[in-house]
Order: sequence, then structure tokens, then C-alpha cells
Amino acid sequence: MTGAPPPGLRLNGTLRFGAQVLFRDLSMTVRPGEWTCLLGDSGVGKSTVLRLLAGLETGAALEGEAGATDGAPLEGRIAWMAQSDLLAPWLDLHENLAMGARLRGEPPDRDRAAELLERVGLGPHAHKTPHMLSGGMRQRAALARALIEDRPVALLDEPFAALDLRTRAAMQELAFAELAGRTVLHVTHDPHEAARLGHRILVLTRDGLVEPALPAGLPIRDAAGPEVLEAQARLTRLLLGETRA
Amino acid sequence: MSRPPDPARSDPAGPDTSRLRDRVRDRALVAAILVGAWAAVAWGTGAPAFILPSPLRVAEAFVANAALIGDHALVTLAEVLAGLALGAGLGAATAVWLSLSAPARRLVMPALVFSQAVPIFALAPVLTLWLGYGIWPKILVTVLIIYFPVASAFLDGLRRADPALIELARVMGGGRWRILLRIRAPLALPDLASGLRLAAVYAPIGAVIGEWVGASKGLGYLMLLANGRAKTDLMFAALVALALGAVALHAVLGSLATRLERWSRTGRWR
Ligand SMILES: Nc1ncnc2c1ncn2[C@@H]1O[C@H](COP(=O)(O)OP(=O)(O)OP(=O)(O)O)[C@@H](O)[C@H]1O
Ligand SMILES: [Mg+2]
Repeated sequence: MTGAPPPGLRLNGTLRFGAQVLFRDLSMTVRPGEWTCLLGDSGVGKSTVLRLLAGLETGAALEGEAGATDGAPLEGRIAWMAQSDLLAPWLDLHENLAMGARLRGEPPDRDRAAELLERVGLGPHAHKTPHMLSGGMRQRAALARALIEDRPVALLDEPFAALDLRTRAAMQELAFAELAGRTVLHVTHDPHEAARLGHRILVLTRDGLVEPALPAGLPIRDAAGPEVLEAQARLTRLLLGETRA
Repeated sequence: MSRPPDPARSDPAGPDTSRLRDRVRDRALVAAILVGAWAAVAWGTGAPAFILPSPLRVAEAFVANAALIGDHALVTLAEVLAGLALGAGLGAATAVWLSLSAPARRLVMPALVFSQAVPIFALAPVLTLWLGYGIWPKILVTVLIIYFPVASAFLDGLRRADPALIELARVMGGGRWRILLRIRAPLALPDLASGLRLAAVYAPIGAVIGEWVGASKGLGYLMLLANGRAKTDLMFAALVALALGAVALHAVLGSLATRLERWSRTGRWR
């Protein structure tokens, strides 16, 4: 990442799919340089929020604004990891990691690609194409590809959802270290993950944003520590609708 | 658990070869049935040889005129290959151009569709009038016939290419040309492949149409000539040569198409 501090993110307004209102008068900010976790029921609009921030077509009309808090466009400052892996099926993993550089006409950083593939545990598979890999392996390759982009803002849509518990913990640690100092908006369904990673936790509901209390201590927190597990329990009750924030 | 390999199932030549062997056997069987039916009709009706020669007579004519048929077949082959290369290249280039420009699509697509409504038979004499009796009008008819299937199949593929992957490419900072080259085109190869499959079927028809309208060489010319002199057996022999060539062309392009499809899905050619 180069010199300039990362921007914060802001999304204000009402979002409609035709006559249906997805959210009304939402006001969401993501502070610069922080890891923010976004929880919420399936279909509540989390992926749509990421797409609006990334400037992608959503099929919805936003009455309001979505963008960076520093006023400059977000274009070229975002690494986006979508909910599906979006690996190019004809390229091996090494070339999939080179995809961004090649699309920009830059020379790909082969050493960095090899290092990241190694660190997500795919070193021995660098020359396999995606169809030879499991879903979790493909997700890790997609994570490595988001990390190699080296952008000040990362929008991650359920980046660890397909992983087993141990690999997930390791990938959380890797991503947290690699993205330190950047602005991260991380959509997840896993309260444990949010409790572990978030400088901030937001819950998107039909009635707007809820911001539950954080666990003690700074992320990244101990995966099996009492603070994380207590917060996980609290968030779980909140998501089950058994308590209010 | 280890078992000795089952000799009935394990094929040392590998599954690809054994599948190929099965296909060849199936096709030989079909050919044998057709030839048998032909022979039965020729014998049964007792038709004179200048109306319907028996397979045996045609085979004799084929052997006796092998050099002649070979010479004319080479000309037709050259027309077909040149037409294929030009038509597929122009078709693919048109698809690329139209995929980049919505106004071009709006203006050009209706014209292309309209051009398909013009029967090529009606056009061929004019082409001969303009381009003479040489190889060019035949190549041009072939190009005209295969241009549209290739262009429209590839264009469909380029435009349909997985929108999410295209979005990711944009977020990564890719421009239109690089996205086209590195993402859209590889994703659209299976569609280009189905266009090429069609082209393989149509290309020989195009060349022969061109030859019928006016030529002094080629299998189409030879067929007309033989027909005019009541050498029906030679006419059939030329027809058989044309059919064999068309089948071979279809097999070659079909296998190329299969490889393109496989590469697009898996990154492997085989
Ligand atoms: N093009 C569209 N037209 C109409 N409605 C849409 C369209 N795209 C998405 N939606 C609706 O928008 C809502 C939010 O979708 P979104 O993908 O953002 O949900 P999500 O919170 O990410 O869900 P999940 O956790 O299942 O990924 C859904 O209810 C969906 O039905
Ligand atoms: Mg989603």
C-alpha cells in the first residue's frame, strides 16, 4: 500500500428494488484503517451494500450516496472478494493471482503470488486450475487474489464461509495481518468470526443498523478466549432475535 | 484392496483411444448400412447404370479416376480451407468489434440478419460475374456462408460472459480491451467452438455452390461435367469424395471445438 492513509466508507440513503424498499434512511460509516464486521440475516442486503460501495450494478436504485469519506472516488482503491470465488476456470492458481496485474497491463509479482499461495496453504497446488480444487481451496485462492491486489480498502463477502474451523482461524489471522492499517468491510454470518476480528461490529436489520457492544480487547482476539466466546453468545442471541442490542 | 486388472475393461491405449475406436466402428456400421441399402435399391429396381450405378461401379470409377478426382478435390479443399480461415477470422473479428460497441450492434446486426435472408445460390452467379472463374468467387461464397454463424455465436458468448467475473475485472482496474482479451474471449471460446462446428458443415457446400455456377476445376465442376456426359458413376465417385472430405473436416474442426471448450472450462486441452 502506498503513502496516503486509507479512506473511510460511507453509505447513506434509501435503497429500492422497484417498489420494494430494501432499507430506508440507512446511515452507515466504516472508519478508516479499521476492520468492520457486518452481520445480518440472509437476504437483508449485505452483499448489496458491498456492491454499492464497490460501484457495481445492483439492479436497485439508491437515493443517497455511497463512497469514500475523503470525497475522492473509490475506483482503483478497492479489493473486492465476492461471495462466490470468481476464479477464472482456464487459469491455474498462479495465473489467477496474476489476473489483476495483467488486466492493468502491469507485470505480475510472481514471488508475491507464490508467497501468498504458500501462506493460504495452496503452495503445492499453484499450477492446478480451479476445477481440480475443493470449494474451500478455491475460496482460499480467491482470498489470496484479494490480498495480492494491495488496495487501501477491502470489501470481503463471506471470505471464510467454506472453511473448516482450524483453517478458518488461520485464514482470519493471515487476512488480519495482511490488511492491517487498511479499511476493511467484512460481511459474515458467523458471530464468532465477528467477535474475533471486528474493531467494530454492525448488524444490518430490516429496521436499520444495530451496533452491539464489542468484546474486550483489540482484534485479532483469541479464538477460544472467554471474551470472544462471551461476545459470540451475545451476538448469537441478538441474531436469533432473543434480545435487543 | 488390490485386484489384478480386469483384462476386459482395462484398455492399454487409454479411454480416449477406445472411445475413438467405438466411434469409428459405429460410423463404419452406419456407412455399411447405407451402402447396403443403396446396393439393394440399385439391384432391386434394375435401374440402368447411368440412372443409378451400383456401389461397386462407383468404387470402380473411383479407382479408375483416382488421379482426376484427387486433382479436383485438392482445388475444392483449398477453397474450403481458405474460405473457412477467412470466414472464421472475419466472423470472429466482427464479433469482437460488435461486442465493444452498442451503436455498431444496433446498426450492423439487422444488416447481418438481412444478409442471411439472401439465398447464396442467387448471389453466386453475380460473384462469378464480378470475380471471374478462378478460385476467389468460390472462397467468397464459402466465406459468406460461414461468416454469420461464427460471428453470431462468438458475439453471443462475448456478451454473455459471466457478468460477475467481468465486474471483478473492472474493480481490478481492467480496461475494455484487456477485459475482452483476458476474460471475455476465453469465456466465449465454447460459443466460438459451436460456430466452428456449424462452419465445418457449411463450408464444403459453399465451395461447391461456387463451382456449380462457373468453374473449370473442383469436385463441383467434376460432378457437373460427369453428369452432363452421363458418366453417373464418376459423378457419384466425386460426390463420395466430397462427402468423405466433409466428414473429415467436421471431425477435425469438431475435435478442435471440443478442445477449446475443455480449455475454457478447465485450462486443459485434453
Ligand atoms: N436484481 C434484483 N432485483 C430485485 N431484488 C433483488 C435483486 N438483487 C437482489 N435483490 C434482493 O435484495 C436482497 C438483498 O440481497 P443481498 O444479496 O444483498 O443479500 P445478503 O444480505 O448478502 O444475503 P446472503 O447473506 O444470503 O448473502 C434480497 O432480498 C434479494 O432478493
Ligand atoms: Mg450476500
